[in-house]
Amino acid sequence: MERKILLKNVDVPGIRTFEVYRSTGGYDSVEKALKKMTPDEVVEEVKMSGLRGRGGAGFPAGMKWSFIDKKSGNPRYLICNADESEPGTFKDRYLMEKLPHLLIEGMICSCYALGANTGYIYVRGEYKYIIGILNQAILEAYEKGFLGKNILGTAFNLDIHVHSGAGAYICGEETAQIESLEGKRGNPRIKPPFPAVVGLYGCPTVVNNVETLANIGFIVNNGGGEYAKYGVGKSTGTKLISACGNINNPGVYEIELGLSVREFLYDPKYCGGVKNGKELKAVIAGGSSVPILPASLILKTAAGEERLMTYESLADGGFVSGTMLGSGGFIVYDEDACIVRNTWNLARFYHHESCGQCSPCREGTGWMESVLHRIENGHGRTKDIDLLVSIASKIEGNTICPLGDAAAWPIASAIRHFRHEFEEHVLHPEKCINSTIRQFDDVTIS
Amino acid sequence: MLDKKINHPLHAKTDIPVRFSEETLERVRKIIERYPAGKQKSALLPLLHMAQEEFLGYLSVDVMDYIASLLEIQPIEVYEVATFYSQYYLDPVGKNVIEICRTGPCAICGGEAIQSYLEQKLAIKTGETTPDGLFTLKAVECLGACGSAPVMQVNTEFYEFLTEEKIDHILDDLRRKSSEEKPEASKWKEKFF
Ligand SMILES: Cc1cc2nc3c(=O)[nH]c(=O)nc-3n(C[C@H](O)[C@H](O)[C@H](O)COP(=O)(O)O)c2cc1C
Ligand code: FES
Repeated sequence: MERKILLKNVDVPGIRTFEVYRSTGGYDSVEKALKKMTPDEVVEEVKMSGLRGRGGAGFPAGMKWSFIDKKSGNPRYLICNADESEPGTFKDRYLMEKLPHLLIEGMICSCYALGANTGYIYVRGEYKYIIGILNQAILEAYEKGFLGKNILGTAFNLDIHVHSGAGAYICGEETAQIESLEGKRGNPRIKPPFPAVVGLYGCPTVVNNVETLANIGFIVNNGGGEYAKYGVGKSTGTKLISACGNINNPGVYEIELGLSVREFLYDPKYCGGVKNGKELKAVIAGGSSVPILPASLILKTAAGEERLMTYESLADGGFVSGTMLGSGGFIVYDEDACIVRNTWNLARFYHHESCGQCSPCREGTGWMESVLHRIENGHGRTKDIDLLVSIASKIEGNTICPLGDAAAWPIASAIRHFRHEFEEHVLHPEKCINSTIRQFDDVTIS
Repeated sequence: MLDKKINHPLHAKTDIPVRFSEETLERVRKIIERYPAGKQKSALLPLLHMAQEEFLGYLSVDVMDYIASLLEIQPIEVYEVATFYSQYYLDPVGKNVIEICRTGPCAICGGEAIQSYLEQKLAIKTGETTPDGLFTLKAVECLGACGSAPVMQVNTEFYEFLTEEKIDHILDDLRRKSSEEKPEASKWKEKFF
């Protein structure tokens, strides 16, 4: 039987309203945390749960919380990262649209644990209607005494505000997000110091993903130990996977970590297999930044073991034959997909989204885009393929924030696993199935 | 980095009074209150969204200067932000801004063909505005709706699982709505900010 934590009540009519949400046990965790637990006890439960950040990096949430500087005497902040701009990822949007109170409940418990009296939800500017939904839910929470001064008659005060971004992928990176929230360009900061020490307005700050925070209510209610009974090994709990591309049932699914990739891909409960009866060609398992894997390596590891939807199993084989769970953006490519065109498309994305601070990323992403554009349009040279690998390797690890890596990995992995396709494009460009689709002479439209 | 250029002084002067209504100013004060005292610059992004919607549909230099004066910051602090974020337009746009997603997941689900179809139907290239000023077509990066690819956003509305027939309907609909009055601006402000 499939077990759910986040989306258990998603189909309850009216669950978006406070009354209905509360009647399903919503906000119980706030009562429990504020009245029966100390902040440190909440942190301990989250540590015990093994919950890992759902924004992409998978850093243990409880450990991140324990780094927050409590000695400085400065106010502390929690920022909920709802920037969600990683191509292939649309789970946070779903969660906020359907269950806004689940996020707010989690944020209240989290702020209590961190000793933060202000929380911001940084929502990408394109999700305007989500901002409306969140503002409504926040208003209800204030009215019912779950936000504001002396919450539930305790000494704890908390304000939560929604803050709108304005179209910049880089603002999903936590330090860029902080800059953006301060009203500046989204240029990432050098770490250390980490936000837990010097964050928003120079104060201790924790940035967590929407889905991470939405799990906190369950952990407070049931204990970290109970949470850890979901999933396998160090991949505890459930994960929202947003599935898209050439599949029968695109959408958002809550899976228990440990489900096999094969089942997720082919079971009618989930993706329901490749669309139009086509063959599977490749999968990007965790949002566009993680390495692409060919069909043979996504279903089984190089060692021949069944590949599972866990942090560890997807990473099995390192970058030679593995990938990452990332943000849970599961993009499926069928046999007709042109890997070269897709790689060029993603290179263009990263070029467009590079903030421009670091030369390797600013220049390198542009070079990769141009070279791939050349290959895709039939003007490639054989040495271009190694040139791409070389540029990618020079960006990786040489930038302030991981956008550089995120730009390099998709290209390096596409060439690693589909080199023949790039060679074919150089030698016989006319054979490309896409040559008839659309010639983009506009290299970039900003 | 693809900083947009500010067309100064071409769009510096606008023939409308650049000043929020009292009602909007009250809203502005509430937004500024969300941030600690002295950190009013944090309100810049939301305020630019409001200004773009309220005045011209794009940010002219005098609109940006007005926002700078409201927040008591230097105009350059506004320009450098306005040029960084793709949702702020620095050139005049049509009444409806159509933003078609061009990123990978949409592209493999037929997004490119939809973009071409839009260009054909509107008889403009991506980046241009129709001569009647009704539509501007832009190509944007992933809108976070890849499960319903291909996707586009018009103004604040999402349109999903696009097909050519759907595009026909949507454009007709938008044409009809545009001939009616513009919806009361304060309504969306209540909701979104
Ligand atoms: C370029 C870039 C984009 C990112 N985008 C997002 C995002 O949209 N949402 C998100 O939660 N995390 C994003 N992250 C990760 C954040 O920096 C940060 O690790 C995360 O929000 C922490 O939350 P978590 O520990 O709960 O996952 C991004 C990172 C990078 C480098
Ligand atoms: S790729 Fe188009 S919405 Fe994500």
